[in-house]
Amino acid sequence: MAKVSMTVNGKVVTADVDPRTLLVQFIRENLHLTGTHVGCDTSQCGACTVHVDGVAVKSCTTLAVTVDGANVTTIEGLAHGDHLHPMQEAFRENHGLQCGFCTPGMIMSAVDIVNRKGSNLDEATIRAELEGNICRCTGYHNIVKAIGDGAKAMAGHAQAAE
Amino acid sequence: MSDITAYAAPRSLDEAVSLLQAGDVTILAGGTDLTPQTKSGKLTFRPTLMNIRRVPELSGLTESGGVMRIGALTTISSLLASPLIHERFNGLWQACDHFASDQIRNAATIGGNICNASPAGDTLTPLLTLDARVVLASKPNGSIVRRTTPLGEFLTGPGRTARQPAELLEAIEIPMPPEGFFSAFFKFGTRPALDISVISIAIGAVRDGRKLTRVRIAFGAVAPTAIRAAATEAALEGRPIDAAAIDAAVAAAVNETKPVSDVRASSWYRRELVGNMLRRMLDHVANS
Ligand SMILES: Cc1cc2nc3c(=O)[nH]c(=O)nc-3n(C[C@H](O)[C@H](O)[C@H](O)COP(=O)(O)OP(=O)(O)OC[C@H]3O[C@@H](n4cnc5c(N)ncnc54)[C@H](O)[C@@H]3O)c2cc1C
Ligand code: FES
Ligand code: FES
Repeated sequence: MAKVSMTVNGKVVTADVDPRTLLVQFIRENLHLTGTHVGCDTSQCGACTVHVDGVAVKSCTTLAVTVDGANVTTIEGLAHGDHLHPMQEAFRENHGLQCGFCTPGMIMSAVDIVNRKGSNLDEATIRAELEGNICRCTGYHNIVKAIGDGAKAMAGHAQAAE
Repeated sequence: MSDITAYAAPRSLDEAVSLLQAGDVTILAGGTDLTPQTKSGKLTFRPTLMNIRRVPELSGLTESGGVMRIGALTTISSLLASPLIHERFNGLWQACDHFASDQIRNAATIGGNICNASPAGDTLTPLLTLDARVVLASKPNGSIVRRTTPLGEFLTGPGRTARQPAELLEAIEIPMPPEGFFSAFFKFGTRPALDISVISIAIGAVRDGRKLTRVRIAFGAVAPTAIRAAATEAALEGRPIDAAAIDAAVAAAVNETKPVSDVRASSWYRRELVGNMLRRMLDHVANS
C-alpha cells in the first residue's frame, strides 16, 4: 500500500491505496466523486479529464500516487455552490450535450483550453484543441458553440471579479 | 497481474539509483505508456514501483557549453512551451505539437518516450537528426556512475533499449547545432489526433544558400526502431537541393526502408508514404 495525500476541490484528502490505483478510481471509489467518467480503456476519449495543478490530464492514465501532493480539480469543483461555472452555464445554454456522458471531460478540457489559449477562440481552434475528447452523440456542433460562448463568459467573469 | 510489494518516491537521484541497484523495480514517470500497457496485460509491474517524479535532478531544460540538456522528466508540454526548443530545434518542437492531445502531453515525459522505445515514438526521429545522446546513471559500487551513449545505439528493438536494469535515464544531451541549421518533422496517422504514427520523418541539415551539409534524415515506424537513413542522407549531402537531388533521395529512401505490414498499414503503403512525404518535405526545403 502507498500513502497518498492531495487536495481535491480545495479539500485535503489522505488515503492508503494500492499503488496501481488509477487517479480516476481514487476519485470515484474513494472520494465518491462520480462526475468524472470512464468512457474507454484506451486513454482515447477524455471523459475522465481533470485538472492537476491547473493543467488537464486524463485521470484514467494517471496513477493516484503520481499526483501525491498535487492540487486536483474535478467537475464537482467548478461550481460555486448553486452558481454554475460560466463554462457549465454555456453548455447548458447551448445544449452542448445529448446523453451527457462526455460532458464532464468536455467542460474540464474547455476550461483548460481557455486557460491556455485565451477567451477569444475561433471554431477551428476549439475543434483542434478538442482532439483529446470524443463525443459519440452530438456531432460536436453545440459543444463547439458552448465553448466559444463559455470562453467569453469566463473573460467577463474574470473582469467582474476584479 | 503481479503484486507490488513496495512503492517508493525517491527525492534524489542518489536515492533513486540506490533503489534500482537493489533490484526488481518498475520505473514510473508520466505513466502514459505504463498505465495502458499494464491494464492490457502487455506488461506486469515488478515488486517495487518507483515513482521518479520527485527526483529534482531529472528535470530542467538548460543550455551550457554548447550543449542543450533536457532532463528525462521534461514533459512534452514543457518542450512545446520552450522558446529555445521552438527556435533552435523546430523539428522536435513540431513532433511535440503533433503528439497525442493536451491531456497526454501534460503528463508524458521525453524520458518515457525514449525508454518505451516504440518504433513510432514521436520524439525519437527528431532527436536522431540532432545527434542526441542519452545520459544514464547508476550506482554499482556505492557511488553514482554515468555513461553517455548516442540515442541511435541506445534504441535496440521495439520496446527494447541498451538500458541496464540498474540504470536510470537522467537526461538527453543535444550538441547545439551550427549556424544555418534547420529541422522539420512530418507525421502521418489515419486520424489527426491521438493516433500512433503510420510513418514519421524528421530531417535536419545545415543550409548554405542551396547547398545542404550535415544532412540527417530519420524515419519512424518503418523498422524495429526509429532509424537514421544513411543512403538517403548521402544522396543529399554536400549537394544543392534541386530536382535531381530530391529524386535521388526519394529513390534511396524507398529502397532502404523495409517496413512491416500491420493493422495500421501495409508495407507497400508505408514505403509509398515515406517516398511521397519525403518528397513533399524536400520540395518545401527547396522552395523556401
Ligand atoms: C492516448 C495516447 C496517445 C499517445 N500518443 C502518442 C503520440 O502521439 N506519440 C508518441 O510518441 N507517443 C504517444 N503516446 C505514448 C506515450 O504517451 C509516450 O511514449 C510518453 O512519452 C511516455 O512517457 P511517460 O512519462 O508517460 O512514460 P511512462 O509510461 O511513465 O514510462 C514509459 C516506459 O519508460 C520507462 N521509463 C520512464 N522514465 C524513465 C527513466 N527516466 N529512466 C528509465 N526508464 C524510464 C518506464 O519504466 C516505462 O517502461 C500516447 C499514449 C496515449 C495513452
Ligand atoms: S476514460 Fe480516460 S480517456 Fe477514456
Ligand atoms: S453527449 Fe453523449 S457522448 Fe457526448
